[in-house]
Amino acid sequence: MKYKLGTMAVAAMMAASPVMADLVFPSLSYRTGPYAAGGIPFADGYADYFTMLNARDGGIGGVMTKVIECETGYNTEKGVECYESTKGEGSLVYQPLSTGITYQLIPKTTADNIPMHTMGYGRTSAANGDVFSHTFNYPANYWNGASGAINYLLGENGGSLEGKKIALVYHNSAYGKEPIRTLQELSKKHGFEFKEVPVDHPGQEQKSQWLQIRRDKPDYVIMYGWGVMNQVAIQEAANIRFPMENFIGVWWSGSENDVLAAGDAANGYKALTFHGVGSDFPVFDDIKTHVTDAGNAAGAGDQIGTVLYNRGMYAAMLAAEAVKTAQEIHGVADINAAQMRDGMEALEITEEKMAALGLPNFGPSFKVSCQNHGGDGLVGVTQWDASSKTWSLISDFAPSDMDVIGPLIEEDSAAYAAENNIESNC
Amino acid sequence: MFYREAGDFRTTYAEDQQTFPIKFDRYRYYLVLFIAIVVVPFVVNDYWVNSLLLPFLIYAIAAIGLNILVGYCGQVSLGTGGFMAVGAYTCYKFMTGVDIWWGGELLFRLPEFNIFFSVIMGGVMTALVGVLFGLPSLRIKGFYLAVATLAAQFFLVWLFNRVSWFYNYSASGQISAPERDIFGVLLTGPSVQPWAAYLFCLFFTITCAVIARNMTRGASGRKWMAIRDMDIAAEIIGVNPLKAKLTAFMVSSFFIGISGALFFSVYLGAVEVGEAFGITKSFLVLFMIIIGGLGSIFGSFAGAAFLVLLPVALKVVGVDWFGWPTDIVAHLQLVIVGGLIIVFLIAEPHGIAQLWRVAKEKLRLWPFPH
Repeated sequence: MKYKLGTMAVAAMMAASPVMADLVFPSLSYRTGPYAAGGIPFADGYADYFTMLNARDGGIGGVMTKVIECETGYNTEKGVECYESTKGEGSLVYQPLSTGITYQLIPKTTADNIPMHTMGYGRTSAANGDVFSHTFNYPANYWNGASGAINYLLGENGGSLEGKKIALVYHNSAYGKEPIRTLQELSKKHGFEFKEVPVDHPGQEQKSQWLQIRRDKPDYVIMYGWGVMNQVAIQEAANIRFPMENFIGVWWSGSENDVLAAGDAANGYKALTFHGVGSDFPVFDDIKTHVTDAGNAAGAGDQIGTVLYNRGMYAAMLAAEAVKTAQEIHGVADINAAQMRDGMEALEITEEKMAALGLPNFGPSFKVSCQNHGGDGLVGVTQWDASSKTWSLISDFAPSDMDVIGPLIEEDSAAYAAENNIESNC
Repeated sequence: MFYREAGDFRTTYAEDQQTFPIKFDRYRYYLVLFIAIVVVPFVVNDYWVNSLLLPFLIYAIAAIGLNILVGYCGQVSLGTGGFMAVGAYTCYKFMTGVDIWWGGELLFRLPEFNIFFSVIMGGVMTALVGVLFGLPSLRIKGFYLAVATLAAQFFLVWLFNRVSWFYNYSASGQISAPERDIFGVLLTGPSVQPWAAYLFCLFFTITCAVIARNMTRGASGRKWMAIRDMDIAAEIIGVNPLKAKLTAFMVSSFFIGISGALFFSVYLGAVEVGEAFGITKSFLVLFMIIIGGLGSIFGSFAGAAFLVLLPVALKVVGVDWFGWPTDIVAHLQLVIVGGLIIVFLIAEPHGIAQLWRVAKEKLRLWPFPH
């Protein structure tokens, strides 16, 4: 009892000090635990972009931005605690960077009228804005990823995967299971054999899975992994001498952390992406001048240009653009979460906009609408060069097979709508 | 001075044997109940309920359950996470209507249960599963039993991940609680009023605690403790070890199942078995009862409060007051909680409950110790 009362007093004092005059972007980050290697660069990129906007432009539309970090450790319980403790601070948009936490927050954010952006993760069928009013997953989702990988392989095999064997090595969680349905449908359509190889959290032990792959001899392996699982998988693939150019990871399995551990053996490993790689963009000069050189970097400042840093920065950029859109629609500079939602729903990213932001050709152009919260789902492929230690884009951002994905999204979101009695939003 | 027994006369056996024989203690207990039931629901907000009170109450139920098994009956169990998962998935199946399939065809579908009975069913089903996994305890003891229950933990998590019937064939393997109410008051889903969720869990916590307290000081509890202290001697004086051990597993699993069901339906709303009910959950609840005090109902509450509230308190102090980076605070949390566990084990092996007992003894004599 003593402890309970003490903590209550502490919590009460904390709840009494919200600052409202800024544009608040909560960052549910994870800098600890088995997924920290992915969480740190993403959180750094997310925070640094807003710091840069504050220093360079004086915020967005004249209102300063503020990033509140809350450590989740990729744990859903802590994620809920973080959400509850930050939602009262005027938070505009949540980006939990965890599919598990996303599932918790979809109903909560909808009830609290706060938008959530799950960029390339979360519940794929949230792309249907008709059902998921407050959840956005532009510019691409898991199913676009699965289809993008198959499309790329089709291109490599002259348009036919007939008789090929494709294995999916996946994190045995909501995240990893997402692409299975899509890949099953695609295997029916293109006539390849599809095998599932689950890896349990956290994935440090994958000997048996890769033995199975060595026995089955699939032509291609697709991986939906995260955290330490990626490094281990790539190392194990190298151990059984699986050809790296036939091994394709989703965008969460394609960062420097994942391939560096395996050294030269990882050369030629491929990963999907929905944004550009490298630090060869003008915006990074601004970040260097205004953030790292000024000593205001969120992390150690050494992550600039890495895949996940770029992704965090891209997420922040999309959020900032949505704020600008919302400011135009509503004519107020200090917007609230509901106005932010309208801004996200009307967001349009064009090539000119990207170039003006210092990110020419960084990502595809897309347009969000009330029905479509998922963007156009353009997916590119990158390849790792172990000698120069760089990722390079080896394909264009190509469309995915919406004939297969569209009905699946329709079906899954209809089931959610029926379960929760949701009326059409649009 | 505070614990005056002078003038506190007890004239019947019932009065002498009540849970709180000292008048001051009893009034303090009523006061705590009064505040918890009547005052707290009016002052809580979303943050307090979802971040502090619900996890505290739910973990307290789990800790009471495990304490019956480990603290009272002496059977070490590492299967708590798995048993909580049984409660959660049973609750989910019953609240969405259990469907029975035979040969690929839907044989029949039970009507959807009310959330209250779904939670109870979660407890009942977990009790059955608990008895099943308790059977090895008749042959093996101590560390070996811990390993056997560890097998239950991994098997159950694997089962709920593997068999899609348990999660109604959803693509992601997540189970999500649909909106359910009692008498029109929503209890699950996103639009729940904080006071409703709190009172619902509080009801189960108080009921479980009262049942557990009365069982442990009655005949069954004495049998459990006899088995714990020396099973051969207990058998010789006429305690049936089969019955005693299996009832301990049953009652303990019942409580753990209820906590699992509440954990899923009211607290989180959506869970994934590997993440929410993994081996770390088993250890967490075990730490709660070790820190709180083995063989003590109050200890279960104290341990749950300690491990649920301390990390939040450290986070508030470190991040919000001192403005330290979140990762430093998260690492400090591990260091401090781990350090405190060691300190407790060395300085007070019987846990917070023993500290409380000693404090009460001191207060009885204060300020004139003889």
